Amino acid sequence: MCEPRAARRSAAGPPLTGFVCVLLLVCVSVASASLDVGNNETRRTAAAETAEDPHHPTNSTGLKKAFPVLALNYDYVRKPFEIALWILLALLMKLGFHIIPRVSNVVPESCLLIGVGLLVGGIIRAIREEAPVLNTELFFLYLLPPIILDAGYFLPIRAFTENMGTILVFAVVGTLWNAFFIGGMIFGVCQIEGAQLAGVDLLSCLLFGTIVSAVDPVAVLAVFEEIHINELLYILVFGESLLNDAVTVVLYHLFEEFSHAGTVTVADAFLGIACFFVVSLGGIMVGAIYGLLGAFTSRFTSHTRVIEPLFVFLYSYMAYLSAEVFHLSGIMSLIACGVTMRPYVEANVSHKSYTTIKYFMKMWSSVSETLIFIFLGVSTVAGPHAWNWTFVILTVVLCLVSRVLGVIGLTYIINKFRIVKLTKKDQFIMAYGGLRGAIAFSLGFLLTDDNEMKSMFLTAIITVIFFTVIVQGMTIRPLVELLAVKRKNESKGSINEEIHTQFLDHLLTGIEDVCGHYGHHHWKDKLNRFNKTYVKRWLIAGERSTEPQLISFYNKMEMKQAMMLVESGSAARPPTHASSVSMQNIQPRESARGRAIPSISKSREQEIRKVLRGHLQNTRQRLRSYSRHDLLVDPFEDHVSEVRFRKQRVEMERRMSHYLTVPANRQETPAVRKVCFEPEHRVYTYDDGESPRGRAAQPRPGPADGVSLVSESPPGLGARGPDQEQEVQEEKEEQEEQDQLKLSRCLSDPGPNHNKEEEE
Amino acid sequence: MEALHYLCTHKIVTIDSSSLFSVSFEQIGILHNRFKQLSHNEETLLRENFSKIPDLECNPIRSQIIEAFFDRRNFRQNGEGTVEEIGFEEFLVTMSHFRPPTLNMSEHQREGVRRDKLRFLFNMHDTDNDGTITLEEYRHVVEELLSLSEAMEKDTAKSIADAAMLEVASISMGHMEPDEFYEGITFEHFLKLLNGFEIESRMYVRFLNMDTTTLCK
Repeated sequence: MCEPRAARRSAAGPPLTGFVCVLLLVCVSVASASLDVGNNETRRTAAAETAEDPHHPTNSTGLKKAFPVLALNYDYVRKPFEIALWILLALLMKLGFHIIPRVSNVVPESCLLIGVGLLVGGIIRAIREEAPVLNTELFFLYLLPPIILDAGYFLPIRAFTENMGTILVFAVVGTLWNAFFIGGMIFGVCQIEGAQLAGVDLLSCLLFGTIVSAVDPVAVLAVFEEIHINELLYILVFGESLLNDAVTVVLYHLFEEFSHAGTVTVADAFLGIACFFVVSLGGIMVGAIYGLLGAFTSRFTSHTRVIEPLFVFLYSYMAYLSAEVFHLSGIMSLIACGVTMRPYVEANVSHKSYTTIKYFMKMWSSVSETLIFIFLGVSTVAGPHAWNWTFVILTVVLCLVSRVLGVIGLTYIINKFRIVKLTKKDQFIMAYGGLRGAIAFSLGFLLTDDNEMKSMFLTAIITVIFFTVIVQGMTIRPLVELLAVKRKNESKGSINEEIHTQFLDHLLTGIEDVCGHYGHHHWKDKLNRFNKTYVKRWLIAGERSTEPQLISFYNKMEMKQAMMLVESGSAARPPTHASSVSMQNIQPRESARGRAIPSISKSREQEIRKVLRGHLQNTRQRLRSYSRHDLLVDPFEDHVSEVRFRKQRVEMERRMSHYLTVPANRQETPAVRKVCFEPEHRVYTYDDGESPRGRAAQPRPGPADGVSLVSESPPGLGARGPDQEQEVQEEKEEQEEQDQLKLSRCLSDPGPNHNKEEEE
Repeated sequence: MEALHYLCTHKIVTIDSSSLFSVSFEQIGILHNRFKQLSHNEETLLRENFSKIPDLECNPIRSQIIEAFFDRRNFRQNGEGTVEEIGFEEFLVTMSHFRPPTLNMSEHQREGVRRDKLRFLFNMHDTDNDGTITLEEYRHVVEELLSLSEAMEKDTAKSIADAAMLEVASISMGHMEPDEFYEGITFEHFLKLLNGFEIESRMYVRFLNMDTTTLCK
């Protein structure tokens, strides 16, 4: 009803609100500047990490002043206020972009956010304020981990492990090549050039090359997420951006150390290589340990479901921080933690916790990403710059060239070992998708101040980042369409594909065994069996530890389908099933087995439905007149859907045991279509509303279930147990009164028992 | 080399040149060694020889794998039924279904390879060779897949198989009246079902690097 109004309002809203926010922020900064007369504001304060100015209490010196009814005390809330304001601004910007569809189709979000950052930075500078800068601590400790955790937790494992060799080669060898090529070439050119750049020595150049050569996961994610490229390319580029962190860390520290020492010996080189292994493997180990701890903890959380998501986040964050303590690769640690933890945690936590984990992760990573790009823009305006045409242009060109050469060269070598070769299109996308981002900027920032080339380096880094993110980010989408690169296969989970995936795994393992060849599948199979016999027992609670993957997949799918139906049922929308095929179309006609099923004619079915519908409408009308505010109707529906939920979940938990008699506590059966079975090998689908499992159960649908039943089922469908249909009709007439009572009882009931729900 | 000699005398002609079976003589030699090893230097392999492979014990679908080797439909000669023993030629032909894909395949060739591999899978499921996978056969497949897990209940497998069958029917038939009966998955439906599965790049075994002499049994 008020939707068009709201839409119109919101179309004008966010840019306006954003502008207001910017204005407010600026005013706040001005106000704070004037308030702190006499206080030293520390340089380079991020909005988050403002060193606290001492709060000057106003001492009354004997003069009694009037009691202040309204007082201004901004210092007290200054830090959290500014943080919250920044985040709010960032999110409002993000909101605004998505409301204007034309812009978001052409320009990727990251570019827009950088633009906003530039604008804000410009405004702040124009009023001669100290702008918050993306300092290293803020970035590496607060902004980066959520993004990496999100990426690592939802990493597609199968694709990742299948292409692990390729990814490693690109990450390690590719980054090394990039760093040395760029560093070396820049040094060479600097020597040739005039005296302007002669002060740049080799080690500084190599250091610079290291910083600028690493492909950045944040930028890659931001851009690739929008173009929906196929999984192989995504995992190659993204995996590379994650794993090259170890190389970057090692090289960075190596060159940083050496640029102070001045000389490099062969021993140092060997130590560097050893350091690389320590950093990467150590990081992975730390992550895996925390991951296993997290999985183990989640085994015992069945009584405190509410804090389950926190364990996931905290263990992962601890993994990251612990790795950073020892200068190991924090990113790899975080990835290892997420990957290790995930299968066990998902088996242990409740469904709601799973949803919470998923959404909180996405939320935090989204906020982080937004903030990173905005701060990048702000820092660009604020930071010290030393523009040197040669240097900057050279850097940009060299980055592109080295990336292209690296990809081509490595692919040529890798294709000899790959079964599914990388085509030229793939290579192009990989080369083009090598974006640099905020990590390079932060590492540049980290350079010590006595490096006199620092400003020049920073300028060049920022230019490269802008170039890759803006130019490459904007043009990659049309290029992908132009080259007709394969896009992501947006297939819903299909039970057939899962069956065949498993079947194929076992088949190929078997063939390898027949050949006597200990190949890829053989080891994977061994790992799976080890996992099943030993690890799962320790880390997964209860009987789910022995659940085969196929069954858990199937349950997940049923759950998803159930929820879809619940949602569509409560909104009284028709279900989205395209086909009218139902179980009765595929079950074999076995007249000899079981009892003969009297087939119910279509007209009879319609009659029954009409009666139920009419009955229900009466009830609802009565309901409406009974309630004084509409609130009663809604919680009614919520209650029902909750009950359905709960019921469905309980169903899953009980693993389809045989129902022969009426369950002792008869609950409202959810009107969910599900595959169930009868003891006599007859399988059919029905809407639970009117036929519970087992013949002896008395069907007593709550009228609410009746309504969803009627509105949900498409006309051709409905293979109910027809005999139970008959029972429904008969009993329904008798039990109208009872239903009324039941309904009012369930309304006055405070609701489902929350403890019971948590128990799942 | 013994393998070559074998080839010359027994005239393997069944490998279609357009099938891109790019296996070198070296690989044929390796497979021949393995054949000899399994058959204890006999001329033919029997089912018992397969059953003796220890790693195969843990495989839930081992009986179907073994049957696939003795299934005449896989010999590319349009035969039917099963045989009791196979020679090296048949062994090789069955193995050729698992060739890795080559780099520059045209769309037509890729389609041919897909059909070939999916045909192999189809034959594994369709045990009574009537051209369709019925519900019973599909149930059997799922039961076998779950046969190694301890706490398996038969009904779970049935539910899964039924849901899967329902999905196939939905995809293939679209709309069906309540009275109609879906006979089973035909080969065409099977192709349609696994359309996005990319089987040509997933169903392969790397022959090249095998060194079977060091691995016993």
